Amino acid sequence: MSMRITLAFATLRRHPARTVLAVLGIAVAAALLLDMVMLATGMRESFRSLLLTRGYQLRVSPKGTLPFDSEATIDGATAIVTALRANPDIKAVSPSLGTTLALPGQAFPSVFTLGLEADVQGDYVLEAGRDMPHPAAPVVTGVPLPAVVNRTFLVRSGKRLGDTLTVAAGVDAQLRTTARSRVITLAGEGRFFYVPAETPVVALPLGAVRTLLGPEYRDRMSLAMAESRRGDSASVEAVRQWIARTQPRVTAISTETAIRQVEERLSYFRQLAFVLGAISLGIGFLLVATLVTLSVNERRGEIAVLRAIGTQKSGVLRQVFLEGFLLSAAGIAGGLVLGLVTARWLNGILRDFPGLPAAFDFFLWSPEAAWKSLALLLVSGTVAGLLPAWRAASLLIIRSLREDAVG
Amino acid sequence: MADTLEQAVIHCEGVHRRYRMGDADVHAVRGIDLQIARGEFAAITGPSGCGKSTLLHLLGAIDAPSSGRVLVNGRDTTLLGDAEATAFRLRHIGFVFQRFYLMPTLSAQENVELPLAEAGMGRSARRARAADLLGYVGLGDRRGHRPTQLSGGEQQRVAIARALANDPALLLADEPTGELDAATGERLLDLFSQLNRDGTTLVFVTHDQVVANTARRVIRLLDGRVASDTRRGET
Repeated sequence: MSMRITLAFATLRRHPARTVLAVLGIAVAAALLLDMVMLATGMRESFRSLLLTRGYQLRVSPKGTLPFDSEATIDGATAIVTALRANPDIKAVSPSLGTTLALPGQAFPSVFTLGLEADVQGDYVLEAGRDMPHPAAPVVTGVPLPAVVNRTFLVRSGKRLGDTLTVAAGVDAQLRTTARSRVITLAGEGRFFYVPAETPVVALPLGAVRTLLGPEYRDRMSLAMAESRRGDSASVEAVRQWIARTQPRVTAISTETAIRQVEERLSYFRQLAFVLGAISLGIGFLLVATLVTLSVNERRGEIAVLRAIGTQKSGVLRQVFLEGFLLSAAGIAGGLVLGLVTARWLNGILRDFPGLPAAFDFFLWSPEAAWKSLALLLVSGTVAGLLPAWRAASLLIIRSLREDAVG
Repeated sequence: MADTLEQAVIHCEGVHRRYRMGDADVHAVRGIDLQIARGEFAAITGPSGCGKSTLLHLLGAIDAPSSGRVLVNGRDTTLLGDAEATAFRLRHIGFVFQRFYLMPTLSAQENVELPLAEAGMGRSARRARAADLLGYVGLGDRRGHRPTQLSGGEQQRVAIARALANDPALLLADEPTGELDAATGERLLDLFSQLNRDGTTLVFVTHDQVVANTARRVIRLLDGRVASDTRRGET
């Protein structure tokens, strides 16, 4: 270790309590900065990754609506899906129909239900048990229909995989009757991306849901997701424009557009994060500047002696500068750990807010953004030592010795 | 007095030093001419405020005269810029201060290594050199101790070892026994005598006439001027 580093460490060890408090202060500032950066980028990136979970870059919803923004559905779904699948620029199309089905005799009266095609669905990932049957599989009547449910459904219903129950549609509350019902078996447990974690959900084959809802839903869907074959922004946009041109009854929205819309809605979050981040930078700067200034003022005599015995001004400058750097670096290292721990804790709290998709994160670790922000704090803290370092280097030897002797 | 400029480690010509202290204009050194030859052991003494510390600072190139010339080891230090003067001090002048001014969080060994590191000496070489110097001043077994673990006399010995680190042509000491008790101060002066016998040119400032008399030459200042300049044995 060079003598300068040895001396810098020794100086910081001189008042351990003060140094520890300063490092903790910088760590808190660094943690706040890191959390603000993670929050500012986290929601956007989390939303993006949520939308792109299964590779679908386009959402096709009823004209003038956002996906699952209303109960509107698209009629003539088969023709639209067939047309989309016929486009060579489209790799896959996943239609879905969302509804609420009754659960006669169960712990809760109804359940949000998604009608999906198992082979192209992009709504869940199977975590246990069996998946729904393939759309091309033969329909066997009289046998319980395999369904996929989420953990919340199992917990709240007290059911286990393999259990059967009845779902029903067309409930008449006065007559206590249902128009149509079907026995299903809880074949698999899935993690659903877009459904809030606290909401029970069941996924059934699209055709079965349509049948349950009756003739008017025979050819309807709530939403279709489409995946561009090439996947780049230009290709996705070209497909979106093609859908808008050829399918006048639907609105196609790309992930990028959705993210832009979300960003606009969340802009105040970013502003808040920016302001708090700037404050934490300022706090880090002031902490280092204060401590190094204090340290320099206490050591005027020593610094004068260093100069007297042959340390150049630049050497003193580097020495004091190094102290600011070490202080900042130690604080930032602590801040990194503290920031990640608090982000995880806060994320856990915020994710429990009702109505949020289960896969949504508020704080997302983005290495580039995190390193950039912490590097900015490091630079800020190090620069904070510049003024006291310059003052220390510029001390007049004789005056400092005399003042120190008098002091 | 040294016969030629070449033989003199210190050569002062008409040195004045004025400075302002508050509203007052202080004329601390008033036209001093002085030569100190290689190998001399000189004390600068006089009453408080006579300009002895100011003169020492001028000799050590940590202060510049208002007028006149100061040559150390043949080099006119009044012509040096800050960086040159600093480099000159590093190589040619050793300082010992009344208050020791050791770095409190460094060991004795590391304190002595400081000027060696400034001079660019490698780690192993400077460790060996620092160990030798601490052995020379009688602290070979106290190398790892911090200043707070050493007595005042021991701290001053570490400061002397630090001052000798780069083998300077001149060792300057400002009231080196000022913070020590009489017995410790006496042992320190013995060390100075030993250093001088081993070839170090040594100039120290003291207000104590008894301490001054341990030197072989005593320069007495009064009101910024040399009032007397005597060598041991001279009257």
